[in-house]
Amino acid sequence: MRITYFTKFLFVAILFMGGAVFAKEGERSSEEPQKDLKTEIKEYIAHHLQDSHDFSLYSYTNDAGEHKYVGAPLPVILWDNGLKVFSSSKFHHGETLAEVDGNYYALHHGKIYRTDAEGTINYDEDHHPTNVKPLDFSITKSVVMIFITGLLMFWLFSSLAKSYAKNGGVPKGAGRFFEPIVLYIRDDIARPNIGEKKYRKYMPYLLTIFFFIWFLNIFGLTPLGVNVTGNIAVTVALALLTFLLTNFTGTKDYWRHLFDPLGDTMPWFAKIPLYIILVPIELLGLIIKPFSLLIRLYANMQAGHIVLMSLIGLMFIFKSWLGSPLSFGLAFAISLIEILVALLQAYIFTMLSALYFGFASEEHDHEHGHEEEPELAHL
Amino acid sequence: MEIPVMVGAGLVVIGVGIGIGRIGGSAMDAIARQPEAYGKIQTAMLIAAALIEGIGFAALFAV
Repeated sequence: MRITYFTKFLFVAILFMGGAVFAKEGERSSEEPQKDLKTEIKEYIAHHLQDSHDFSLYSYTNDAGEHKYVGAPLPVILWDNGLKVFSSSKFHHGETLAEVDGNYYALHHGKIYRTDAEGTINYDEDHHPTNVKPLDFSITKSVVMIFITGLLMFWLFSSLAKSYAKNGGVPKGAGRFFEPIVLYIRDDIARPNIGEKKYRKYMPYLLTIFFFIWFLNIFGLTPLGVNVTGNIAVTVALALLTFLLTNFTGTKDYWRHLFDPLGDTMPWFAKIPLYIILVPIELLGLIIKPFSLLIRLYANMQAGHIVLMSLIGLMFIFKSWLGSPLSFGLAFAISLIEILVALLQAYIFTMLSALYFGFASEEHDHEHGHEEEPELAHL
Repeated sequence: MEIPVMVGAGLVVIGVGIGIGRIGGSAMDAIARQPEAYGKIQTAMLIAAALIEGIGFAALFAV
């Protein structure tokens, strides 16, 4: 690309615009120091990392001193001796109580508690609320984002399939972008790890999980302010799917490897003392594999968001001409790295899932010896 | 959060840094020696780095 005067001008203009806007923000927050600035930033970061019951993009205080939110309320669905469905606008962003069928509910740090009419929340000695917590099935911000991503993927890939059928297998439009990625997952992730015979069975799951995680990671970097893959409940569900698939498609050899790893190489009485140690370790490995999957994805995305938000918080701390360009530059660089991490984490999750499926579906040809070890061939 | 816990987490992160650094360095050497095996080396490197990284995050969450 040729760098014209126009692009240079645009770049400089964006730099200055960011500085001006953020500098104004900084003045506003320094004018009214109700709280310590650092605690305010910390609370802001913690709030961003949480799931929320409304989809608010940003909030501001207008000239009349009212706190305004820009966004949409989401439905709250509670199970508290019967199904209770109401809009989260009743909470007014946690400022008021919601009264439904004679019960009062309060929003306290992103969780819903049942309270009395005054909205008192009782604490135990560890400062945990002791109020009754009704079962919460609400459509929260993360759930909305998961729905949107699901619909997007469904629409995108089904329309791609239609376009392939119409053009006789020739990629067109978005297919030119997605075809190499799909082929990469098939030829470089599924085939070498699972093996030529069985990889087809796992392809739909691998593709789904790769694009789902990748899209959600990328959505997390947009100004929508969602943090879905940085939510441990989501990664637990994803890792659980891999765990269930691994064990339900496991072959006889896989289970035999778990409970009888030494096979026929030893008489049974020699194996007993070894197996007292070996089998528990193998069983523990069964749990540790999906656990490491979920922790890795969760921690990477969470850490990325914390770093980005902290760098943006820098400009409120510096309060000088230095703060905005520094914060802008660092946040820009970290954003670029985060785009890479978003892809990398989706890739690693898919890769390791494929590796575990490879372990589960391996079949040893005991008569012919170990001709091929599919899970080691690529390493 | 006590100081020994934080020091311990810091030590773990130092170890993780050394580990990932060594993996990256060795992968560079391997790629320089066999540029045609670039893809396979990179895949193996990423898997090993991801496994070590998980330990680092576990240490950070323990703090």
